[in-house]
Amino acid sequence: MATPIAGKTNSATPPLTLMTVMAPALGWLIPGAGHMLQKRWIRGGLLLASILGMAVLGLLLQGRIYQPFGSDLLEILGFVGDVGTGGLYLLAQAVGWGQAAPFTATADYGKIFIIAAGLLNFIAVADAYHIAIGKKS
Amino acid sequence: MTLPLQLSHFSAAFFFALFASVVFGITHCDTTRDMVRYGIKCFVTFMGGVIIAGWVMWLLRR
Repeated sequence: MATPIAGKTNSATPPLTLMTVMAPALGWLIPGAGHMLQKRWIRGGLLLASILGMAVLGLLLQGRIYQPFGSDLLEILGFVGDVGTGGLYLLAQAVGWGQAAPFTATADYGKIFIIAAGLLNFIAVADAYHIAIGKKS
Repeated sequence: MTLPLQLSHFSAAFFFALFASVVFGITHCDTTRDMVRYGIKCFVTFMGGVIIAGWVMWLLRR
């Protein structure tokens, strides 16, 4: 059984504070909100505009929203990407956006835009967490 | 969301590059100057890649 070395503390684990939980959670729900919560207003606003802009553009292009519990691997991966958009995904599920059969040739772009927006939001969430733990200014 | 929107391949790539570059710039750098520089670098790389890939496909088609 390993014993802690005298005088050494486990500095690799960041302290669990309200901000380290709230910033990523809020950042997932509303893109950029994790940065705004930490008073990074411009960064948060730009992230909100970019991620939301990309997701809304995807919906306007009649992109498909993936459903949870997909039947194959691609469906599951698509869902993981889509769910990154947070609140917009929940709203789209509630209202029924992205469910209709596409009748434009560019609907495939829309699907990719929504998935990419979700994946970009995951990066933004990780960044908000890094700011919260002091790893980034 | 019933408004159908049509984008060309180039304009779709432009918007993708723009939005992704903003997020990459903000999340990958510490200072504002570095964020702007990295964002521009990403945007140029994305769009340059699109233009080069377009020319390569044009050459392959001939």
